[in-house]
Amino acid sequence: MSDLIPTREEQEGDGEVRYRMLYESEDKVYIRHIKGVFTRVRKYTGLPLLLAFFFLPWINIDGRQSVFFDLPTRQFHIFWTTFGPQDGFLLGWLLIIAAFALFAVTTLLGRVWCGFTCPQTVWTMMFIWAERVCEGDRNKRMKLDKAPWNLEKVLRKGGTHTIWLLISLATALAFVGYFYGVRELVVDLATFNAHPQGVFWVAFFTFATYMNAGFLREQVCKYMCPYARFQSVMYDEDTLAVYYDAKRGETRGPRKKNVDYKAEGMGDCIDCYWCVQVCPVDIDIRDGMQYECINCGLCVDACNSVMDKMGYEQGLIRFTSEDELQGGKTRFLRPRLFGYALILVAMTGLFAQQVMTRSPIEAEITRDRGARMFRESQGQVQNVYTVKINNMDQAPHEFTIKVEGKPEYDYSIRKPKTIYLVPGEMFSVPIRVSVPRDQLKDTKHDIEIVVQAVDNPELVDKHRTVFIGPKQ
Amino acid sequence: MSTFWSVWVIVLTLANLALITWVLFANRKVAVDDQAEPENKTTGHVYDGIEEYDNPLPKWWFMLFVATLVFSAGYLVVYPGLGNFKGFGNWTSVGALEASQAKAQERFHETFGKYENMPIEQIAQSPEALKMGSRIFANNCAVCHGADAGGNFGFPNLTDNAWLYGGTPEKILETLYNGRQGMMPPQGPVIGEEGVRNATEYVLSLNGLEHDTAMAAEGQKVFNTVCMACHGMDAKGNQMLGAPNLTDDIWLYGSNREQIQHTIRGGRTNMMPAQKDKLREDKIRLVAAYVYSLSQQEEEKQ
Repeated sequence: MSDLIPTREEQEGDGEVRYRMLYESEDKVYIRHIKGVFTRVRKYTGLPLLLAFFFLPWINIDGRQSVFFDLPTRQFHIFWTTFGPQDGFLLGWLLIIAAFALFAVTTLLGRVWCGFTCPQTVWTMMFIWAERVCEGDRNKRMKLDKAPWNLEKVLRKGGTHTIWLLISLATALAFVGYFYGVRELVVDLATFNAHPQGVFWVAFFTFATYMNAGFLREQVCKYMCPYARFQSVMYDEDTLAVYYDAKRGETRGPRKKNVDYKAEGMGDCIDCYWCVQVCPVDIDIRDGMQYECINCGLCVDACNSVMDKMGYEQGLIRFTSEDELQGGKTRFLRPRLFGYALILVAMTGLFAQQVMTRSPIEAEITRDRGARMFRESQGQVQNVYTVKINNMDQAPHEFTIKVEGKPEYDYSIRKPKTIYLVPGEMFSVPIRVSVPRDQLKDTKHDIEIVVQAVDNPELVDKHRTVFIGPKQ
Repeated sequence: MSTFWSVWVIVLTLANLALITWVLFANRKVAVDDQAEPENKTTGHVYDGIEEYDNPLPKWWFMLFVATLVFSAGYLVVYPGLGNFKGFGNWTSVGALEASQAKAQERFHETFGKYENMPIEQIAQSPEALKMGSRIFANNCAVCHGADAGGNFGFPNLTDNAWLYGGTPEKILETLYNGRQGMMPPQGPVIGEEGVRNATEYVLSLNGLEHDTAMAAEGQKVFNTVCMACHGMDAKGNQMLGAPNLTDDIWLYGSNREQIQHTIRGGRTNMMPAQKDKLREDKIRLVAAYVYSLSQQEEEKQ
């Protein structure tokens, strides 16, 4: 830790006591524009996700928005399936799988999620692009910020913020569209018919995106993101991360082009500060690994382009591992990764199996909690059950309820004439199962209640329950 | 809350708020010891040998904390939080409850309103209404009458065609609104123990159950002097009084000899609670339609 953030000090009284302030406004980070391999890679990793986020709601499947979180009716429509509140455990598993995938990737490649695909980074980069288009690159932006207000500054700044707000609005519309229905939302907003809550959330997310990607930026990664805090646990000596090769670079310093610098005891680093100027989290990678670093590779691109100019070998700053820097080799295959891979494959397989075999109808049987286990009437022993049917299918169905028990008993069943459930409906049907008193030879025996869709016999759910009669 | 406790709460709350504020502002800067080397980059705090760097947190972090303090102060002014002080916002939990109740009533009215003037027979034809009715029944009635409305010991079966007070929509509504007081007076003192036994055999004989013929003949005399006043000449009951039909082999209190004797000897009192103060008018209509529709269900042989 050589370059700490400079702290403001204030004198009080006659200079007896000095104070250091522990809260400071962050300095604005001006990122120098750089082209290179990793900038290109980011385009191809972040962009598909970005496009998916913006355009998925516009695609219709089976006449319905492809991804639609219908909160009022508590149904999540995702592509061809519909999930309800009772599928919460699936969501839980999905999040666990995602977490483990993240652990595995981090073990292997460090914080590449942060640097290449995290929305925080992707949106920040979009906003910086807007700055560059309107105000120019780093030096020009710094100059403009210092300059007094005049027409040009108003126009340039205005342009930047207009683009920011447009991106924010598009983001908010897409996001709220997942819950509201994006086509309806756009039409409703345009015709001033939107539900006030919808309008509020669009405004809220527009503002939040604008503030977040415009002003907070790297501070989210530094001070808020919990992932940044525990990433170090997942690193080991073979994790690929951005390192400055100090052996090769030191002693750093400026030099003339044609001097044999090695003879003068100089290293390859010419101390041009490009790696610092391009850094989105405002650190100097040459101080070694720091928790702020998001492995975005911008300093790698910057340093490589400088090395090319100088005619030195590339890779003074590069993605490498601690092992390699200390003269060893990076071991990609290691027990920890095998463990992650095994767990991931097992969990993903189980998850896929669960999703594939989900029955779109579900029944639950509860015995009636009366004062007695059974009722005797008209020479019949009667048991009462409540059958809760949940139609999670996309189509309405009429259901029948049958009882299957011992072949020697004549069961009869009393239930409503029609049991018709619209998609996503849940309904409790009381049924009465009777066996003639003189036939019944068991105090207690198992029966099966079968719930089946009339129009599609494949939609069936069976449940075992007990039939209780008088003591024999 | 007495004045003492009110003051107690106010003092504690405000003192805590002030203390938190002071802690925050007292710790926003740290004094640096001039004796230490000028390159010293720590705050001077050492915990178990771990030193604290003086890296500052962002200003907005501090401001967020200040904002929470401002919010608390504002909250305590607007909402009740300081002892007996009610706040200037006139907020009360009762008011909030009533507001959300009013909102709910409005929403219920959207759903139930259209059944308000619809005849019960017509409501019973609507599957939607019957679904709602069955839910209301499950929440309010099933506890006594059973989930299938088939009744329990002492609670009438609502799915058959035997009605104590009548099964027309009007009668069902009347039962639901005002409840019913069922009363079979104790006959033991009136007809004596022998009379009880004989009357029991007669009642058994009316239902075609196993009985003693001689005793039943004696019992018929008892019946014709005492019981027929309510249960009628033919023992078919009287729906004006809620006197059950004694000939249909449907029993509220059991059909074996001891149970019937008990009923005659000691009488029975029964009570259906009035629903008009518990359930909204339109909900009662839906339940009435549901109950009315129950007798139209059919047994299915499996």
